[in-house]
Amino acid sequence: MDKFRMIFQFLQSNQESFMNGICGIMALASAQMYSAFDFNCPCLPHYNLAYGLGILLVPPFILFLLGFVLNNNISMLAEEWRRPQGQRGKDPAVLRYMFCSMAQRAMIAPVVWVSVTLLDGKCITCAFCTSVPVETLGNASHPGLPQGEMKRVLARIPCKEIYNGQEFIANEVAVRYLRCISQALGWCFVLLMTTLAFLVRSLRPCFTQAAFLKSRYWSHYIDIERKLFDETCAEHARSFAKVCIQQFFEGMSTDLAATRCHPPRKAPADAGEATEKLLGITDQGTMNAALKSWHRCKPPLHLHPPALPSSNGWAGEKQPPVHPPAPRREMAAYYSRV
Amino acid sequence: MDRFRMIFQYFQSNSESVMNGICGLLALASVKMYTCFDFSCPCLPRYNMAYGLGIMFVPPIALFLCGLILNRQSLVMLEEWRRPQGRRKKDLAVIRYMCSSIMQRAMVAPVVWIIVTLLDGKCLICAFSSSVDPKKFVGFANTSPVQVQQLLAKVPCKDDELMRNNTSRKAVSRYLRCWSQALGWSILLILIVAAFLARWLRPCFNQATLLQARHWSNYIDIEQKIFEETCCEHSRLFAHKCILHFFESMRQEIKLHSFSLPREGEGAEGEEDLLRGITDQDQVNKLLKMWYYEKPPLDVRQVTQR
Repeated sequence: MDKFRMIFQFLQSNQESFMNGICGIMALASAQMYSAFDFNCPCLPHYNLAYGLGILLVPPFILFLLGFVLNNNISMLAEEWRRPQGQRGKDPAVLRYMFCSMAQRAMIAPVVWVSVTLLDGKCITCAFCTSVPVETLGNASHPGLPQGEMKRVLARIPCKEIYNGQEFIANEVAVRYLRCISQALGWCFVLLMTTLAFLVRSLRPCFTQAAFLKSRYWSHYIDIERKLFDETCAEHARSFAKVCIQQFFEGMSTDLAATRCHPPRKAPADAGEATEKLLGITDQGTMNAALKSWHRCKPPLHLHPPALPSSNGWAGEKQPPVHPPAPRREMAAYYSRV
Repeated sequence: MDRFRMIFQYFQSNSESVMNGICGLLALASVKMYTCFDFSCPCLPRYNMAYGLGIMFVPPIALFLCGLILNRQSLVMLEEWRRPQGRRKKDLAVIRYMCSSIMQRAMVAPVVWIIVTLLDGKCLICAFSSSVDPKKFVGFANTSPVQVQQLLAKVPCKDDELMRNNTSRKAVSRYLRCWSQALGWSILLILIVAAFLARWLRPCFNQATLLQARHWSNYIDIEQKIFEETCCEHSRLFAHKCILHFFESMRQEIKLHSFSLPREGEGAEGEEDLLRGITDQDQVNKLLKMWYYEKPPLDVRQVTQR
């Protein structure tokens, strides 16, 4: 128990830092993904906007959902939300706290992607190159083209190799302009997100500290209770299996001893632990029969086998498992001497 | 007890070093961010100033706020400031001390960004190239005002076709970079001298108050950490008792619904204890179903009063 207690304390104290670690890894992964991603603007009038905005907005959404999926606590939240009320009331404040803390962590990777995308500038350049103000930036002396043709020319701005509108507006001028706008948007976005995070963190102690302490305690409690319940069930399953198998071997050895008409070897008092562990099976034939029986006919999940002569014909559910085999052994011995 | 004492000492010594570490990491991150950032001046008359000054001042604000967010002590200070008085008086000197130490640490990363920006020079060249006096430079002295504005705005862009081999462009660029670096080094010198004086002269003023404020701010920090630790420990014990009580009540219920046979001897083994009277597949299924459909109430009074 002491060992479990130490492990639980470690997990609890480190649950937050573990989740923060995953958060940080996802943020780094998102920046790495962006740099590894080979951005290819289509350079066609309507496709540019779709592609650019798609690359800007779809991966963050995926990263956000991934943030939820990788969070272990999502199943805990779902369980707590959907359980029947029973004898324990449900506190919506606790559910809100759990959801908010998960959502905050899941938001970090998408925000990193959007910031990196905007600061890099390729997406906005691709998406909005057809909206560049040619009148102000371009060569005013040159006669303009019809609308559709101009859009086609402008759409090729991100693709320097095929750009053919140098006389209308220089490629570098347009790219610099768009990139400047993109970076300005990027830094404003970063500032906005940081301000929001700051406000969320600093307004909480000013207004709802008592409710926050309560929600935090009970959400930790639910987590620990679930883990402890799983531990207890695992311990129980282990004991159940151990006793079940022990009864199986004892049952086998007495059955086989009964059919072969020789008394089961009763371990002498000073035989030692090893002989006891043999559980009465001491020769090859018996062992093979036991293994075959284990495969062909596993014992029922019932620790007190029915049809004990001393139990009034009832499957003795409440008797401790150790005692039935002892009377059986004695009876078998008596029977075989006759 | 010994273990708790070791944990106290660990928290005491490490709170400051953790915060200093975060401060240093943010400063390094700010330098790294600047080097990764692809600075591209728009080279257009009014946009230059906005872009240059924006890049110089907006990221520091974001870094400052980050420094405040990542510092755990800022939350502790806010809680101490906003708590109801109750039975414990509030000491404003402690709150002021905590506030000043938080601010000092949060200011490091923004200052690093500004200094790196100034020493590099690109921002100032971009922002102030249009404000240079054209008469000082040969290439720009004899052009019309409108055109000179356009040309000066293009100075930061080396690869622009108009500016590619223009010697006056290089002259303007060098001039502005010189100013920028001078400003950067001056600011750095002033800050270091100010920090040096502050550290040296502090013991001359109010040393006793300072020691008290530092002690109590440490105390508040540790008290909060230990409270959280104790709550965790308590909730673990609560959960343990609650689950044991649940298993017990299941065992009682099973006893009630079946015949009770006299137990032949009470020599229970360790395994018997762990089985807690649940020895059947149906009983286990029933227990798990009860756990889901009807969680036990959060009340372990009977268990603790036994």
